Amino acid sequence: MTTSGGAAVKSAPWKDPSARPYVQVDRVTKAFGDFKAVDDVSLKIYKGEIFCLLGASGCGKTTLLRMLGGFETPTSGKIFIDGEDMTGVPPYERPVNMMFQSYALFPHMNVEENVAFGLKQDRIPKAEIKERVATMLDLVKLGDFAKRKPHQLSGGQRQRVALARSLVKRPKLLLLDEPLGALDKKLREHTQFELISLQDKLGVTFVVVTHDQEEAMTLASRIGVMNHGEIVQAGTPSEIYEFPSSKFVADFVGSVNMFEGKLIEDEPEHVRIASDDMGGTIYVSHGISAPPEAIVWAAVRPEKIFMSTAQPAGTDNVVRGAVQDIAYLGDLSIYLVKLPTGKVVRVTQPNTSRHAEAITWDQQVYLSWDATSPVVVTR
Amino acid sequence: MKTAAYLRRFGISGRGLVVALPYLWLLLFFVVPFVIVLKISFSDIDLAIPPYKPLLEWVGKNSLAIKVDFNNYAFLFTDRLYINAFLNSIKVAFISTVLCALVGYPMAYGIARSKPATRNLLLLLVILPFWTSLLLRVYAWIGLLKANGVINNVLIWMGVINEPLTLLYTPFAMYVGIVYSYLPFFILPMYANLEKMDWQLLEAAEDLGCRPWQAFYKITLPLSRNGILAGSMLVFIPAVGEFVIPALLGGPNALMIGRVLWDEFFSNRAWPVASAVAILLLILLVPFMMWYQSVQARESAGAR
Repeated sequence: MTTSGGAAVKSAPWKDPSARPYVQVDRVTKAFGDFKAVDDVSLKIYKGEIFCLLGASGCGKTTLLRMLGGFETPTSGKIFIDGEDMTGVPPYERPVNMMFQSYALFPHMNVEENVAFGLKQDRIPKAEIKERVATMLDLVKLGDFAKRKPHQLSGGQRQRVALARSLVKRPKLLLLDEPLGALDKKLREHTQFELISLQDKLGVTFVVVTHDQEEAMTLASRIGVMNHGEIVQAGTPSEIYEFPSSKFVADFVGSVNMFEGKLIEDEPEHVRIASDDMGGTIYVSHGISAPPEAIVWAAVRPEKIFMSTAQPAGTDNVVRGAVQDIAYLGDLSIYLVKLPTGKVVRVTQPNTSRHAEAITWDQQVYLSWDATSPVVVTR
Repeated sequence: MKTAAYLRRFGISGRGLVVALPYLWLLLFFVVPFVIVLKISFSDIDLAIPPYKPLLEWVGKNSLAIKVDFNNYAFLFTDRLYINAFLNSIKVAFISTVLCALVGYPMAYGIARSKPATRNLLLLLVILPFWTSLLLRVYAWIGLLKANGVINNVLIWMGVINEPLTLLYTPFAMYVGIVYSYLPFFILPMYANLEKMDWQLLEAAEDLGCRPWQAFYKITLPLSRNGILAGSMLVFIPAVGEFVIPALLGGPNALMIGRVLWDEFFSNRAWPVASAVAILLLILLVPFMMWYQSVQARESAGAR
């Protein structure tokens, strides 16, 4: 699945310091009483991006989105859209549309009227409204449902009406709050790809809020991981997954095995960590910036761990354990391996053969990984 | 169990009894009195106790004569007094309903949009006057509105007026009384409707280019239509037959059908005419009640 991403993915404007951001969030804080829902966030989003704000519920991602839409006023800091300061600009004057999590379709209007609502508001000639609504409904494949009321539609159809209604005004920036949250898994996956192709076709910039990391991975050109009101890391999906900058990000995006240890060798091109957690040493083939003897964490993804019954060569990055649990998922299996230290390591193995000699419960196995696999984080 | 089985043989079941209860109640306290009033309305007036002639009479040994007198009804349409009283009642009820809606809608809206904790307090305050008798509350208005009452005294003290205003025994006083007394009947169904409102719809409307007042006009108002209708009917229907408030606050010129009914019944002892007035009033209000019922049904069905 390499479709991920939006029109801006190939050019990667965030790498170009001279590129002008389309949305600029400049040191924005939003406080509700003593509680800072959004805490000193700065962010640059470029034209044609699908930018995902990813985080657990209550992390401030929706508040940030609502500030972009104009539904909340920042306590401090500024938001610029297309170079214009949005301070004091109400929602109805922003070049922005929002797709609400609940879809917020008007129950007393049919599909057509819902989609036409924003255009009527702008006093666009009737004939043009009719044409644009029809085109939009065709685009989201709802042409046959124009006269239905929202309560006569399925969840997926409502979602598409909401999308059509927010896109028909041709906003330069579309905000989507958990756009696929109410859909079942199959429909969600299907809609994710529809959303990307639609975004590609219309050249709109998307900012998507989601708590679903898989959704963020599929959709996003870049992901901003949020925690406690702060953006803890922003980057492309693969950067976030393969190079998490903190324990939180490594843990939040995908599953990970975290080994705590002490830095015993700190060279420019490699480090070695003694981990009581793992009961061995971890060798990593890149340098890190941390003081000697510092406590660090080595994060190893489950799919990057090899599992074997024969002992691998070498002493680093190898550990023995007993299989505690197996979950067979068809395409792959998840093994939970208990180390002598008591730590349980998660390993995933693709089921490449139909008649593989299976590793079973309570079997003693060796776990190992490449020196390039662990990511060392210091916080 | 044995008794239950025994009763069932006669077609009596527990469920049947439960369902029968409201019917029994309505039969005793609505249908029977209604039939009696209907009967009286077709009788002739008589100087007797009770003051009307029986509908059925034995004439001779084996013949029962029935005498149905439509004159009482015809009389209502010949004397302008009754028609005027009907029309005036409808006018007063209509104006009161509009005033209740104008005052009650913003109040219900305010309550529905306040914090859940404050909401209950505000609702309690709306219902609180019911803890005092209606009569007492109307009398309290006399104390406020009379020539040397609180309102006049305050206005004179503030220097707004020199002479006390004639407030009491005017249509103004009557409307104040009716709106004051019936306001909770508008606010409660209105609140019940607005409370279910999805306020995110207003954000969606603003997002699509509506100013807040446009969003109210295009979204909130149409969606709260059923609440407005329900509240209006709850005010309008009893207000048409209102007697106490116009009698106490409205003065001698407040010609309302409830007043006419009272006069016919107690002063003139014209029970048949009074009954005819009551029946006509009921017939007049039935369409409104049916409308209210259909609105209620729509409201609880959730379709808007």
